[in-house]
Amino acid sequence: MSNFIDRRLNPKGKSLANRQRFIRRARAEIKEAVQKSLKDRTVSDFAKDQKISIPTKSTKEPRFRHDPGAGGEHDRVLPGNKDFVEGDQIKKPRQGEGQGRGKDAASGGEFEDDFTFTLSQDEILDIFFEDLELPNLIKTSLKEIKTYNWRRAGFTTAGSPNQINLVRTMRNSFGRRLAMRRPKESEVEPLRQRLLELKCGAAPDADKREEIEELEEEIARLEHKRRWVPFLDPVDVRYNAFEQQPIPTSQAVMFCLMDVSGSMGEREKDLAKRFFMLLHLFLKRRYERLDIVFIRHTHDAQEVDEHTFFYSRQSGGTIVSTALEEMKKIVAERYATGEWNIYAAQASDGYTQTGDASRCVDLLNQDIMPVCQYYAYIEILDEREMEVFSSEESGAELWRAYRTVAKQWANFATKRIAKPQDIFPVFRELFSKEAAEATT
Amino acid sequence: MSVAPTKRSGEPLFTSAEWDFALLKKVYGAIEEIAVNDLQLDTYPNQIEIISSEQMLDAYSAHGMPLMYHHWSFGKIFAREETMYQKGWSGLAYEIVINANPCIAYLMEENTMTMQALVMAHACFGHNHFFKNNYLFKQWTNAEAILDYLAFAKKYVSAAEEKYGADQVEQLLDSAHAIMEQGVFRYRRPPRPSRAQREERLRRRQQYEEESFNDIWRTLPNTARDMNADEQSTDEEEFIGPQTLMNLPEENLIYFLEKHSPTLRNWQREILRIVRNVAQYFYPQIQTKVMNEGCATFVHHYIMNALYDKGLITEGSILEFLHSHSSVVFQPGYDDSRYYGINPYALGFAMMDDIKRMSEKPTEEDRDWFPEIAGKGNWRDVLKHAWANYRDESFIQQFLSPKVMRDLKLFAVRDKSEDPVYTVAAIHNELGYRRLRTTLARLYDLATHQPDIQVVGANLAGDRTLTLRHNRYRGIPLAPASRDAVLKHIRKLWGYDVVLDEPEETED
Repeated sequence: MSNFIDRRLNPKGKSLANRQRFIRRARAEIKEAVQKSLKDRTVSDFAKDQKISIPTKSTKEPRFRHDPGAGGEHDRVLPGNKDFVEGDQIKKPRQGEGQGRGKDAASGGEFEDDFTFTLSQDEILDIFFEDLELPNLIKTSLKEIKTYNWRRAGFTTAGSPNQINLVRTMRNSFGRRLAMRRPKESEVEPLRQRLLELKCGAAPDADKREEIEELEEEIARLEHKRRWVPFLDPVDVRYNAFEQQPIPTSQAVMFCLMDVSGSMGEREKDLAKRFFMLLHLFLKRRYERLDIVFIRHTHDAQEVDEHTFFYSRQSGGTIVSTALEEMKKIVAERYATGEWNIYAAQASDGYTQTGDASRCVDLLNQDIMPVCQYYAYIEILDEREMEVFSSEESGAELWRAYRTVAKQWANFATKRIAKPQDIFPVFRELFSKEAAEATT
Repeated sequence: MSVAPTKRSGEPLFTSAEWDFALLKKVYGAIEEIAVNDLQLDTYPNQIEIISSEQMLDAYSAHGMPLMYHHWSFGKIFAREETMYQKGWSGLAYEIVINANPCIAYLMEENTMTMQALVMAHACFGHNHFFKNNYLFKQWTNAEAILDYLAFAKKYVSAAEEKYGADQVEQLLDSAHAIMEQGVFRYRRPPRPSRAQREERLRRRQQYEEESFNDIWRTLPNTARDMNADEQSTDEEEFIGPQTLMNLPEENLIYFLEKHSPTLRNWQREILRIVRNVAQYFYPQIQTKVMNEGCATFVHHYIMNALYDKGLITEGSILEFLHSHSSVVFQPGYDDSRYYGINPYALGFAMMDDIKRMSEKPTEEDRDWFPEIAGKGNWRDVLKHAWANYRDESFIQQFLSPKVMRDLKLFAVRDKSEDPVYTVAAIHNELGYRRLRTTLARLYDLATHQPDIQVVGANLAGDRTLTLRHNRYRGIPLAPASRDAVLKHIRKLWGYDVVLDEPEETED
């Protein structure tokens, strides 16, 4: 006897609940492992599923186990004998020389291997951005564009016929009929039968005539009542109601500004790129719609596509303010501030034409900062410079100029980066929850 | 292969790798015909479920059971298996089969038709027959009730999570899992209440809790309320009595704690019982790995060859079958990088196939060693008898033949911890056969690798210290780190101090 069942369409992911419990359990270790693995990883590929190893500390499941190395004697039986004969002696590997990883070793000794498994992209990003917060998110999200969605909103007495809710309607009808004591068909029918019987039967005598009259009267009364209390009355009818519900669609635009003049080498660009990518991923998780505008500049600025932004070279001087002008123009043309959250990240090596810095400060103070949610300035130095400028206060002209802006605007941040390893800590610092609270 | 060349007269049931349900049924019919009429197997009705690879991964994580309570450790297994599979380090099993009535077998949709046939023969007849007939399964597991029970367990655990918090339940399960191996009855089986009784008891417990809840007690000092609760809950079943009443020594730690722990609440006792029942359910499977897999492998091998002999499957199919069969029964040598212990499929199949060989084409040696089998042609009866009445240890002790030992080139090594060398104790020769066989059989006795730990005392009159004793097997001590971790768990369940004696000398 057999019974075949096709289960392929059944929901999969039955283990999800267990998996989440596992990840919650090992949260601390997973977090550490993720951040360690991200340090040396290129930003462009970290958003994929990835394998991580965690120590088995919090997910260990202890059992009573024998420890054959510590005392007593035991036997093993092994297959595949080649040249052993009875009585042969085999030297034991010394402690630490590494035992074979056979079954016996695994069951006997206490191996503490790292536990390796794959985290999905979402899980990684969750952990990665766990305690980061966007500064000033609330401010303009109230002003954002609204779209609408139809939503059920109970029942109404008026509507179009295709929205009649039969269950509700019939329930009302039934209640009304009960309350008004509408005679049922089954009550009238026997009377009619009886009447028919009497009429068709032998010639009626007085008694019967009386009964016939009574019956006719009763039937007429009942039928009148049945007409008077209709089966379905317009007051019974209910319609499904829908109403429009505004959905706030959050949208943001991210401006990436970068100096591409000769002084920005591959290394600097790479560091900038990593920072931009990180910011992009982060914003992407917060906003349904995210535009990116790439503006590169030397002594003048233009909007370019991503590839050109990162990879093509251009020679010329360095005038930072041109990029800010370009950004201001684009904001005015395309991104009305009421509808967009505007973020900007600027990467530079800190050099600009003498005197340009003050123009930048003016532009920022008057035009850009009032419309920006957040502006992050990343100065990319080499490690030698990093040591020279160890204090926040000292720096090149642009840095000092920007520091004055930062003092005025809470949502303006400046940071310095010299190594790939700096990026994530700096990023965290910029967006950490406390910082977010401080600025709001 | 010792297949007599017969006329392959039949029309092949299938010629391509594709399958559909009509074809599965047809092939199942042909397999059943051989299994029932030729091999005379006796099985539960089969319920065959086709699942996708994702679902197979899901099924892996909870001991292969379709229903299981939630716990992070299952998620851990799942995460590992998923990674292994995605990286291509390991394939998925072709099937999972569950000891239930009806017997549930999962078949993967990716299998070719030949593989589906193999898997049906393997799971739906091999394993199924073994589940239904082996004495251990008959005695210890309840195939009718297991799925119902797991459904109950799952519901109970998630209700407890809701009521008492997921963390509390998780900690309790962690502790219970730590002593799961010591949570089975090895020699006796407690009288099992029927499902109705079980539910009745549960209802009574809940009712008691609800009834005894009186908001006014909150305002009284704690002791009054506790005393009151104690008084009422001491029916015979949960009676914490003097030692003699606790039936010491007790080998089933979970059972002991469930019944006698002074600190556990009723719902915690119920969850311990669930873990204990799950452990007990799987206990026979651990003891019969070689036999169970051997039985299933022997059956599929026989049936597939019989199908081929009848002309019901093509030469292409039988070659595909032989390819996967030979990789299933492959046994790498001890010095091979693929070696991971003795392959139960290989050993079980080799022994059972050898019984068939001895019964049909015996050698002189076989007549000496197995006079009751050699040349008698009764392999069907011998195998059925073995499948029904042996477990791995006794089966090997009884039926491992010199030829199998020679084929596998088995040798025994003795490891005395104080010696600087291992000694080869016996090899596959005239001198060593018997000792080799006994040694191997011993290794399949669970007592040799699961530590024997018993409750020997509980000082209820004094400080309520619980005393456990580890009876060393041949002087082997416990690994200290895991021992201490497990003891911590037991302390949590007992609520008071727990000590473990590990006397050097034990009677063996």
